[in-house]
Amino acid sequence: MRREIPLILTAIVGITFFIQFFVPHSPMRELSETFSDWYSIISAFAIWLGGLNLMKISFEKVYKKDKDWFFAVTTIVSFFLILIVGLFFSGGRQYLEQGSGYDWLYRNIYSPLSATMFALLAFFVASASYRAFRARNAQATVLLLAAFIVMAGRTPFGDWITIYLPEGWRLSNLSNVIMNYFNVAGQRAIMIGISLGIVSTSLRIILGIERSHLGGE
Amino acid sequence: MNKFWERLLTIDRRAIFVVIFLALSVPIFLQIGLPIPVTREVQILYDALEDLPRGAKILVSCDYDPGSEPELQPMAEAAFKYFVANDLRFIIIGLWPQGPIQGNRAIEDINESDDELIVENGDTLYFGADLVVVGEDTARYGIDFINLGFQVGQELVIQRMGTSFEATFPSDRRFGRPQKEFPIMEGIYRLADFDFVLNLSAGYPGTVEWVQFAVDRFHVPVGAGNTAVQAPLAYPYLDTGQLTGILGGMKGGAEFERLVGHRARATMSMTSQTMAHIFVMLFIVVGNIAFFVTRGKSERRDLRK
Repeated sequence: MRREIPLILTAIVGITFFIQFFVPHSPMRELSETFSDWYSIISAFAIWLGGLNLMKISFEKVYKKDKDWFFAVTTIVSFFLILIVGLFFSGGRQYLEQGSGYDWLYRNIYSPLSATMFALLAFFVASASYRAFRARNAQATVLLLAAFIVMAGRTPFGDWITIYLPEGWRLSNLSNVIMNYFNVAGQRAIMIGISLGIVSTSLRIILGIERSHLGGE
Repeated sequence: MNKFWERLLTIDRRAIFVVIFLALSVPIFLQIGLPIPVTREVQILYDALEDLPRGAKILVSCDYDPGSEPELQPMAEAAFKYFVANDLRFIIIGLWPQGPIQGNRAIEDINESDDELIVENGDTLYFGADLVVVGEDTARYGIDFINLGFQVGQELVIQRMGTSFEATFPSDRRFGRPQKEFPIMEGIYRLADFDFVLNLSAGYPGTVEWVQFAVDRFHVPVGAGNTAVQAPLAYPYLDTGQLTGILGGMKGGAEFERLVGHRARATMSMTSQTMAHIFVMLFIVVGNIAFFVTRGKSERRDLRK
């Protein structure tokens, strides 16, 4: 029964959403609305579950003094700091408003740290471009040229160095051609491929053929 | 000569980091103004906003976190300034938990009033939260703009909004009062009641999901602001008419700032981005020259082995 009930539920919900897309009328419409609400509720619980799971793993790591256990301490302290400040020291419902304790933590700790992590990408991209971006063969050379044109064309520098060329040949235009034609063609091919994969996998899950998400097989 | 290139090929990566750090940070202080031509995709979005009548209602979905703030926050600020100046009403939501907070911050940051609060009819109104002043225009919370917060459920949230907006976002973020109590929500029952949707997105759920559900299913015009990494994924939807314009990365933001007449963070950051691009291109050129100059030597060394 532990496998059958999830399979039956999946089939009912999947078929309801499928029919509702083509027949958006009663009772399919009401059913799909109810299932959407259920999904939101389950997702909300999943956030709690994720938080609790993170704490369980972190506490275990600290207790067993595993490798890098100190980072787990940081996780636990951060988790409870923002939770306690947000719940009890930020003016209740208006915890997101300017000047609240939660807002202070968000603006001065979370936001800069998060932006810093993302900004590190620029340094690694620069380092990788120097060490790994090589015109070793024809395909790599084409990729290199396309990257060059887009990188230059996406900044005013591109137009500045090609100002004497006819407008259509300036780097900003060439960059737009790559983005609007070559990129779109490639992206569409990938999207269609992915979509076909999603459709077939979804059908297998709805019909109960694919059961790996339930564990086993 | 070969030794020089060999040494260059094995240069400490920290040297590259220092160069990039200087390329990104020095231009911030130099304040060099660069010409920013407007691309077609940005113009399409701007024209769509220009065509909206005064009082039109725009749903702004902030689907990003502080990691993408440098690219997307300037778009939010420019858009909100434009909405206030043109008497367009906007409703902020988020499919990402941090999104509505970023929306709040954008509103606080565009506020030009130096005052902190006023008392009006016994109510204390805070500038930047209840009242926003942009030039000679003022927008008021609940009447001209509102923040309905985050809703969990990814793309199913968009689908649910298609049939009932109130069921998806029952109360406002600031006071927790039923959204129907606010005048701005009058006439909004489902997604199709909005005149336009502006999606500022850094990933999933984001622009692709808005196109699949809001555009294809409920026929609402959607314009997108994306990070530079995500923008190529959105381009296929432009020529098909599914997306009404794209602001791609910081450059898209700078172009939009130019169109709305609010040259701010994206425009200022373009010099840094330009310098970083120039140096990355230089690195690629130098790295390839060094590779090809030293390749013959290393191949000969391999043959000897």
